[in-house]
Amino acid sequence: MIKSLNHLPHPHENAQVLASHFTDLAPPLNARQAVLESSRCLYCYDAPCVNACPSEIDIPSFIRNIQQENVQGAAHTILSANILGGSCARVCPTEVLCQQACVRNNSQECAPVLIGLLQRYAVDHAQFSEHPFTRAAPTGKRIAVVGAGPAGLACAHRLALHGHEVVIFEARAKSGGLNEYGIAKYKLVDDFAQREVDFVLEIGGIEVRHGQRLGDNLTLSELHQQFDSVFLGLGLAASRLLGLPHEDAPGLLAATDYIRELRQSDDLTQLPLAERCIVLGAGNTAIDMAVQMARLGAREVNLVYRRGLEDMGATGHEQDIAKANQVRLMTWAQPQELLLDEQGRVRGMRFARTRLEDGRLVSTGETFELAADAVFKAIGQTFDDAALGDPLAQKLKRVGDRIEVDEQLRTSVPGVYAGGDCTSLGQDLTVQAVQHGKLAAEAMHAQLMLDQEAA
Amino acid sequence: MADLSIVFAGIKAPNPFWLASAPPTDKAYNVVRAYEAGWGGVVWKTLGEDPAAVNVSSRYSAHFGPNREVMGINNIELITDRSLEINLREITQVKKDWPDRALIVSLMVPCEEESWKFILPLVEATGADGIELNFGCPHGMPERGMGAAVGQVPEYVEMVTRWCKTYCSLPVIVKLTPNITDVRLSARAAHRGGADAVSLINTINSITSVDLERMVALPMVGSQSTHGGYCGSAVKPIALNMVAEIARDPLTKGLPICGIGGIGSWRDAAEFIALGCGAVQVCTAAMLHGFRIVDEMKDGLSRWMDSQGYTSLDDFSGRAVGNTTDWKYLDINYQVIAKIDQDACIGCGRCHIACEDTSHQAISSLKQADGTHRYEVIEDECVGCNLCQITCPVEACIEMVPHNNGLPFLDWNHDPRNPYCVAS
Ligand SMILES: Cc1cc2nc3c(=O)[nH]c(=O)nc-3n(C[C@H](O)[C@H](O)[C@H](O)COP(=O)(O)OP(=O)(O)OC[C@H]3O[C@@H](n4cnc5c(N)ncnc54)[C@H](O)[C@@H]3O)c2cc1C
Ligand SMILES: Cc1cc2nc3c(=O)[nH]c(=O)nc-3n(C[C@H](O)[C@H](O)[C@H](O)COP(=O)(O)O)c2cc1C
Ligand code: SF4
Ligand code: SF4
Ligand code: SF4
Repeated sequence: MIKSLNHLPHPHENAQVLASHFTDLAPPLNARQAVLESSRCLYCYDAPCVNACPSEIDIPSFIRNIQQENVQGAAHTILSANILGGSCARVCPTEVLCQQACVRNNSQECAPVLIGLLQRYAVDHAQFSEHPFTRAAPTGKRIAVVGAGPAGLACAHRLALHGHEVVIFEARAKSGGLNEYGIAKYKLVDDFAQREVDFVLEIGGIEVRHGQRLGDNLTLSELHQQFDSVFLGLGLAASRLLGLPHEDAPGLLAATDYIRELRQSDDLTQLPLAERCIVLGAGNTAIDMAVQMARLGAREVNLVYRRGLEDMGATGHEQDIAKANQVRLMTWAQPQELLLDEQGRVRGMRFARTRLEDGRLVSTGETFELAADAVFKAIGQTFDDAALGDPLAQKLKRVGDRIEVDEQLRTSVPGVYAGGDCTSLGQDLTVQAVQHGKLAAEAMHAQLMLDQEAA
Repeated sequence: MADLSIVFAGIKAPNPFWLASAPPTDKAYNVVRAYEAGWGGVVWKTLGEDPAAVNVSSRYSAHFGPNREVMGINNIELITDRSLEINLREITQVKKDWPDRALIVSLMVPCEEESWKFILPLVEATGADGIELNFGCPHGMPERGMGAAVGQVPEYVEMVTRWCKTYCSLPVIVKLTPNITDVRLSARAAHRGGADAVSLINTINSITSVDLERMVALPMVGSQSTHGGYCGSAVKPIALNMVAEIARDPLTKGLPICGIGGIGSWRDAAEFIALGCGAVQVCTAAMLHGFRIVDEMKDGLSRWMDSQGYTSLDDFSGRAVGNTTDWKYLDINYQVIAKIDQDACIGCGRCHIACEDTSHQAISSLKQADGTHRYEVIEDECVGCNLCQITCPVEACIEMVPHNNGLPFLDWNHDPRNPYCVAS
């Protein structure tokens, strides 16, 4: 399984109990709750919530459809703006997106309409006898999409809708990207990610080729030659390094690697359990890691961050989840040294206390040690440069390690578009990736049709 | 605390909250529970000639709001389905046990003098305080020439009322049907017949909804349905208007009015009283929540009266009648303009789109740097229709502010723009 953690014990609870720890963190609404909740929506005009949804779902409209017992219509509205509306409803940090903007958040009510849960209700309960979207007449254009994550899938679906033929090249054995391999298990339960992929592909005209890795058995130059247009939805495949000695010691691991194993595991009892663990980081990935380890039965989970709570990337809602799961949030402490036992395995970590001095983070000189059977890094994902090795790919302009794109998701190489986490645009969120994929598809479609007219 | 006791058409009651003739007053068991709960009076479920009426199943359906709150109920029940003898025996006993509460007996018999002559002495013998003539039941009974079939013909109303005054010494309250075009005609007829009071409204002809799978209206009786009578909160505005029409009709001036229709709170009751009622009756609200609602009604009404310095109902009964007039007497120069309290505004945009699409394009939507919108009234365009205030979800966020335009009072009768203007 996870080699680096092979020496650790397994969870103590039986499979059934463990499984119960990984069911929906936010349980779905039942029909009655959905109707009640939908009646709270004021059906705003120029609704602030829509403005705050990266995928621009017509929220008042779909909620009104739920209220009027037209669940199919509600789902259609959602999916026409966001084909992954089902997973977004589950994973979106609504507390900083749509629900934060809901007018019912005003000081007198402080209770936004539960847009995410309503969205989930609609998508889960709509029964379509066939795929709800029909493809336009074939255009004869072929488009390559690299990466079957949210960005790639959304792009492919929209392209197929417009009548283009799409081939998705995906490195891994399953499609879905982080929906399949990365999202906390209690946010996206059972095989929902795969069912959603199946739903997206139902539209037809999309071929997915697995085991195709750009930079390995595939080059951008080839794709550029063979297809009318290319979309890159590569995500961020690499994890940031600590830059400390013994970075490869057993017991030290990227959080995303562990979560991937957890999500893929059919038998949670066989996972390695770090009774005492340290999670380094401050984003939602760090929280996800810490909470999942706690739910597997870890006794002591310390999430350590070098700045204060208010600086954390994780939302207040996420921090509350951590606290509710007995995760200890320790701030103002920076990793200084990985502590190893005689066999060279992680036994803990020494931290330097930090503080701000003239806006700069400095260590106070004080240190402390935390014992741990494993340390998980959740200090950020980075772009895996290996993907862009060939000469054409090297021409892509970058912003930091990411691919530069404009508002239409065009890269610096004509005919090559990119979206999702691998670009510099917007936040690293599923819903943002979906929007990128959708907008890129529209831009590609418009360009191809323009070229056709000109020809 | 203010004194809630009343004397209505000669009938004494400790408070003005009476239960309307309907299932809540169907038999001694219910009525005793109502008295125990504190109701000031009841109008016993309508009695008729034997053999007693027979009811169908099912009987009610409702019009729901988005939260499943009941806006109104529709029913296809007939008058009492128990024998006259049992009802009279129970009425006698209940009145004996509860002498301080009003007990009125509702009646409906065929439109023949003999029928009334027969039943009236029997009712009077129970010791009841008065009778109410059910000229309003809109379903079932009219097909047999009773209920609304009588109430819709002023001549019949007058005739039957007169018979009752002739064969019975009790106060006679005539319960009016709203299923007519001008309720004043019925009230005048009752008045001419010698009625001591009118009560209104009875239920309004209605179909609440249709089952679109089975293609049958509700309530369903097998695979069929029929129209019923509508009551509950949704009918309050209709009832209030009818009450006001009668209260300000010179031809029925001074005729006591008992208000019925959609009353569920002390405020509803106070409104009916302000428009001229001396007592009120409640049915649907009790059917939805039980008899206990009278507690909050009594408490709320007396506290509100205290706050206004009213010591008895007479102090404010009819106070709003004088201010209710015909359109032609309204001041055409009076002007209000919407004003949005920007601190209270939550930015929902409803006022804007309502005014923009359906009224006078008087609320502008100004896009802000952060993507939200600010809504501002264009005062010159605002006609003061109240629509924005009505659609605004925040209470007191939009105020309709009187605008002093310096123009004198002018009604349509004297407005030079009126082709039939009364020269002044
Ligand atoms: C642990 C974790 C938890 C998260 N939780 C949330 C959350 O709760 N809510 C939320 O909104 N967002 C969350 N995110 C962020 C969200 O998952 C991403 O923003 C989103 O998945 C980005 O979609 P994408 O399509 O750009 O990339 P990805 O989902 O990463 O998909 C990229 C795809 O491309 C494939 N690929 C990569 N390189 C190559 C290559 N060279 N050749 C071929 N294929 C390649 C990958 O295998 C993958 O299938 C989380 C992220 C992580 C890491
Ligand atoms: C189920 C039901 C049965 C009724 N039966 C009678 C009746 O027998 N006699 C009568 O005068 N009114 C009857 N009514 C009408 C009520 O007395 C009352 O006038 C009407 O419901 C309006 O008042 P509300 O809005 O408070 O319910 C009935 C109403 C209902 C709901
Ligand atoms: S996609 Fe996400 S942000 Fe948009 S409405 Fe749905 S839950 Fe909210
Ligand atoms: S802001 Fe809130 S109330 Fe308004 S439309 Fe959106 S969800 Fe509904
Ligand atoms: S309806 Fe009320 S709350 Fe909504 S924008 Fe207008 S003033 Fe503001």
